[in-house]
Amino acid sequence: MNSPERSKDEPVLSVRSLGKRYGSREALRDVSFAAHAGEMLAVIGPNGAGKTTLLSILAGVQAPNSGSVSRTAGEIGWVPQQPALYSKLSVAENLRLFARLERVGDPDAVLARMLAQTGLAERADERVETLSGGNQQRVNVALGLLGDPPTILLDEPSSALDPAQRERLWEFIAALAARGTSVVFSTHVVAEAARYARRVLVLDEGSLLFDGAPEELVREGGGGEDFERAFVSFLRTRGRA
Amino acid sequence: MRWLLGKDLLILRRSRLLVALLVFYPVAIALLIGFAISAGPSKPRVAIVDETPPGETLVLGGTRVGLDEYTNQLFSQVQVVRVPTRAAAASRVASGDVLAAIVIPSDIVSKLSSGVSQAQIEVIYNGNALQQSFVRSEIDSTLAQANLALSEQIKSVAVHDLNLLLSGGQLGALGTHEIIGLRHLPAKLGAIAGRLPPGEDRATLTRIAGFASLAANNLGIAADVLTTVSQPIAAHSTLLHGKRTPLDTYAVVVAVSISLMFLCVLLAAGGVALEREEHVLARLTRRSPGTSMRGESPASRSRGGAGRALISPGGLLAEKVLLAAGCAFVVALAMLLGVSAFVSLDASRIGLWVLALVFGALGFGALGVAIGALAREVRAASLLAFLLSLPLVFLALVPSGSVASGLYDVIGAVSFVFPYKAALQALDAAVNGASPGVGVSIAHLAGLALLFGALARLGLRRAE
Repeated sequence: MNSPERSKDEPVLSVRSLGKRYGSREALRDVSFAAHAGEMLAVIGPNGAGKTTLLSILAGVQAPNSGSVSRTAGEIGWVPQQPALYSKLSVAENLRLFARLERVGDPDAVLARMLAQTGLAERADERVETLSGGNQQRVNVALGLLGDPPTILLDEPSSALDPAQRERLWEFIAALAARGTSVVFSTHVVAEAARYARRVLVLDEGSLLFDGAPEELVREGGGGEDFERAFVSFLRTRGRA
Repeated sequence: MRWLLGKDLLILRRSRLLVALLVFYPVAIALLIGFAISAGPSKPRVAIVDETPPGETLVLGGTRVGLDEYTNQLFSQVQVVRVPTRAAAASRVASGDVLAAIVIPSDIVSKLSSGVSQAQIEVIYNGNALQQSFVRSEIDSTLAQANLALSEQIKSVAVHDLNLLLSGGQLGALGTHEIIGLRHLPAKLGAIAGRLPPGEDRATLTRIAGFASLAANNLGIAADVLTTVSQPIAAHSTLLHGKRTPLDTYAVVVAVSISLMFLCVLLAAGGVALEREEHVLARLTRRSPGTSMRGESPASRSRGGAGRALISPGGLLAEKVLLAAGCAFVVALAMLLGVSAFVSLDASRIGLWVLALVFGALGFGALGVAIGALAREVRAASLLAFLLSLPLVFLALVPSGSVASGLYDVIGAVSFVFPYKAALQALDAAVNGASPGVGVSIAHLAGLALLFGALARLGLRRAE
């Protein structure tokens, strides 16, 4: 488990002036922020805003063209948008394989812990290809947590799930944050950001337009009680569209 | 790497249909191509309409030859289907029951016997351009052989008559005419001339004796001349490099190398493409940010080094090459050992077989991972592998001289930069001792393996 005594004021992830270009298109420009232990940070924005690019750079899948990312000791967990699993292997075989590849101390103990945490113990021997989308996503999240990382990145984790599955997934993610894991997630369902995140980052065309609590975004957007309306209004007034 | 290797073997074990296809399909293709190369064409079915009277004989220089003997010679290269009439023959050709029909006209004997007019037969055929070309080739070849046999027959009759003319003997079936022989004339005429008194008659007789002697000497070489005319060119073969390779053992080499290629390329390409199709590639090869990030300050470096990828892209590609090469090697070696029970192969060269198979498999594996790195899905990778592999086989099997020299140079260049021809040559050298040697071919394969490995790495980088 990551250390519960980690100070919540100390950033576990710092991003400075991050930039990324794809040819002539600027996908990210001068993005800076920090994430703290136990914090749930939502990255929201319209399609093509740069959410997935930002998370894939933080995960180390892509390299930035400029800027830096620093982190505390320990790997960064990553849960890609689409489940990255071997469909011909069972749940347990997937978890055991990646535990061994990550060279965790006791793969079998980690496997048992992850099965218990994700509630998939009864389905451990079922092949991933036979699982529902929700359960596949749970295994996907479990793989991101194998090394007990201080920070976990989730790229649109609920996009393929039905409402009940989404509810269970967010309960699981909230429990992670409660145990001190810093959670950075992207979503295009802005209501989820308002409901679960302590802070939201608003990206539009690669630029960071807002970094603060959901309530502040509502105030700046002037949407009253409706977070989604406030978000759209904010983009209209501050965004490039 | 071993955990990934174990995972891939487990996935293969659970994909039995795929594995069965991967093994049996290339083996079946290879065996078909092997049989096509080694087995001679079966005799084509040809309808024959013989309009000559039964028991007709051909008289050549007083020697009687049965027409059946000639037609047997004519049709020894085909499977004969005798039909009574030309219409029936044409109907058989039209229905596809026979490839062609040959009509022997009733006047063929008189024309052959005359020695002055050319005998003609009629050929009826049908089908597409390929069949038409095949029929024309078969009939031309058959006619050439029959004409050769006939000219041999005529030559032997002519030589017999020449010898009779030169040396003398009995002429006619019943030996009713005694011929003196040209060689005996000068002596007999000289003796008669000696008994004559000097004068015009004696001088004339002496001149005739001289001419007879000259004629006998010149006709003496006529038999050799006739032999040369009947078969002006004879072939004497000299093999420049290596030793003569029997067609059936070469077919084994072709069959095994094709299996090795298909299995290896498909497995390696599919293995890499599967990692992308399952979206696992990024998870395996990502490195958590740290000191490797651009523009990072020394202070941030001190807070944590760059993360470690679960496996490096190079390691991942090497694992796929090893998996594909290992599986294909086992199948190819089993094929060679199995075939050696039916075709005589020199088992003492098994060390060279293994060497050629290993390097061939590595070359094909590298080509496979390069294809897999380009494709995003297993199906696309498989399709690309087939599209690339099949033409390579046919290009490598094009014999020199069968196409224009410029085109052959292009074919040679294409074959050189892909591993099939090098693998075929390595295996041919290992199994049959053919040229170039095993060393040259495996060095070529090693170079190609490095080249395609580098291309695969570039392809994977593009995908990251």
